[in-house]
Amino acid sequence: MITGTPKPIEEILQMLEPYDTIILAGCYGCVTVCRVGGEKEVEILASTIRLAREASGRKIAIREVCLERQCDPEYIETMRPYVEDYQAVLSIACGAGIQFLAEKYMLTPLLPGINTGFLGVTERQGEWAERCQGCGDCVLHLTGGICPVTRCAKSLFHGPCGGSSKGICEVGKDVPCGWQMIIDRLKSLNQMDNYSKLKPYKGWNTSRDGGPRRIVREDMI
Amino acid sequence: MLKAFENGADGVMVMGCLEGNCHFVNGNFRARARLARVSRILETIGIGAERIRMFNLSAGEGARFAAFVSEFAAEVQQLGPSPINVARQEAAKIPTGEIRV
Amino acid sequence: MKSGSNLEKVLAAGHFSVTAECGPPRGADPDVVRRKAALVKGNVDACNVTDNQTSVVRMSSTAGCMLIKEEGIEPLLQMVVRDRNRIALQSDILGASALGIRNILCLSGDHQKFGDDPQAKNVFDIDSMQLIHMVRTMRDEGVFPSGNKLDGAPQFFIGCAVNPFADPFEIRVPRLKMKIEAGADFVQTQCIYNMDKFKTYLDLAKKEGLHDKVKILAGVTPLKSAGMAKFMKKMVAGMDIPDAVIKRIADEPKERQAAKGIEMCIEQIQELKGMEGIAGIHVMAIEWEEKLSEIIGGAGLLPRPLVE
Ligand code: SF4
Ligand code: SF4
Repeated sequence: MITGTPKPIEEILQMLEPYDTIILAGCYGCVTVCRVGGEKEVEILASTIRLAREASGRKIAIREVCLERQCDPEYIETMRPYVEDYQAVLSIACGAGIQFLAEKYMLTPLLPGINTGFLGVTERQGEWAERCQGCGDCVLHLTGGICPVTRCAKSLFHGPCGGSSKGICEVGKDVPCGWQMIIDRLKSLNQMDNYSKLKPYKGWNTSRDGGPRRIVREDMI
Repeated sequence: MLKAFENGADGVMVMGCLEGNCHFVNGNFRARARLARVSRILETIGIGAERIRMFNLSAGEGARFAAFVSEFAAEVQQLGPSPINVARQEAAKIPTGEIRV
Repeated sequence: MKSGSNLEKVLAAGHFSVTAECGPPRGADPDVVRRKAALVKGNVDACNVTDNQTSVVRMSSTAGCMLIKEEGIEPLLQMVVRDRNRIALQSDILGASALGIRNILCLSGDHQKFGDDPQAKNVFDIDSMQLIHMVRTMRDEGVFPSGNKLDGAPQFFIGCAVNPFADPFEIRVPRLKMKIEAGADFVQTQCIYNMDKFKTYLDLAKKEGLHDKVKILAGVTPLKSAGMAKFMKKMVAGMDIPDAVIKRIADEPKERQAAKGIEMCIEQIQELKGMEGIAGIHVMAIEWEEKLSEIIGGAGLLPRPLVE
């Protein structure tokens, strides 16, 4: 899923300075699963903003909504009947959802209420970790199912580097070395011959480096 | 919890079962973590973390309950009305009234 | 001869070679480099110039190489893949060769988190293994990695670094083997303090015949004090300093520790020199270049041979 963290409330209040009536829009997709932008978070954030604004002597009216998904046009359309009745939309969906709203509602300012993070997993309740950078050319079959692009701090294809120590990466004591994990997995899968092959330079053109990406599937149109 | 403040509370008590004795195993620990978040929010927006507190007690402790309530109510009296209520009273231009817990 | 570098010639002639390193300054003053060069000159066959080591911004490695070259020292260009994509790397390889730099050391580079600019973007377009391959392809095939023909191939004696003390140990020799396959002509090791572990590593490498395919230069760093030893052990990832080594220097009174560190370093060089498969020594006297002639001379490695 796409993960994120709430923006500091001070930052949100500052963004809201010019406005007195807003829509606060959550999303039932990824951000609900990672507890940063679902219905419940909409309620908490709306209360927080109202309290803060009222305490500062300038009330704000907030319409609380939660869309099925902010990244699909049909759900975004549900806001059309009322969106222009408000001065701005504060969205706590991921950056993709927020932008999609912005694209569809050209006359309404869109404000981000979360900092979108990474493609990750719930390692345990309340803890999420990155797993994939969407490089567009997956190599997991060669690396024991562990991503060198994401889980090695230097995205090396022939790791580990000299900074790997007792399974820990040089960047920090709570960062596991991705290459140690790859090697452990390859060993247990009996695939160490994958390790000792020289790998071609990665083509980053399928990644963000090739410019904004688009997928067109004729069979789905 | 935040709704209570919106509805005009000057302080909020959260009652939980005794730690380690929760019917839902660790529900009261989770509640404590959530409450910590709310008190951080209250602190940042200038309402004050001290206006919310969690108390743990078992179902049979009526007297303790009463003691907790009067203790907390006294503290909130001391703090005075929440900034929200102050703002509302100013807006309505009515004299400061009773403290609500 | 692949590159015609002095280092390559010295090694080819069967001499035990000596390299050292010189970190460029945190500023634009060329005299800092010249002063260091004066201390290095005559003591080495080539001198590494580091490339923004530990991600701390310094004068560029190519500029540093040219400054020491003007002083009569053969430069060894360090190049990390942290800061430049393959376009910049290729271009710098060509430029360095055009300027007459004949040795290159291909490195990953420390993560930018350690330096002045932890907010910098990390590039790592290709890794150090692929950089070795890139230089080799350009030198030997006269083409860019893209396949396009070069207008003059760069000439380099290609080096890589290995850390026999990083984990996991069992892939350290296979990894060296890959670097040789990728095109490494010589290798400089991380500073060695744990001689037992290094011997195990070297034996494994020799079993694979790697010492015949690549020139192994063993890395040493003289300890200035017990404090420095403890600091490096604790703070530098992949640095293995056995307690016995620390104890030896810590047992000396403070004012004698530096001399002891030099004595230990000389001993170590002599031991390494006697080991089959070691072709030379790489002395990293960090901000202590003034001791180079004492150390290298003390180990009986001066004067450096002149090879034509
Ligand atoms: S190789 Fe690419 S697609 Fe596969 S997990 Fe890694 S970043 Fe994602
Ligand atoms: S220590 Fe491991 S994860 Fe960290 S940069 Fe090196 S190889 Fe990658």
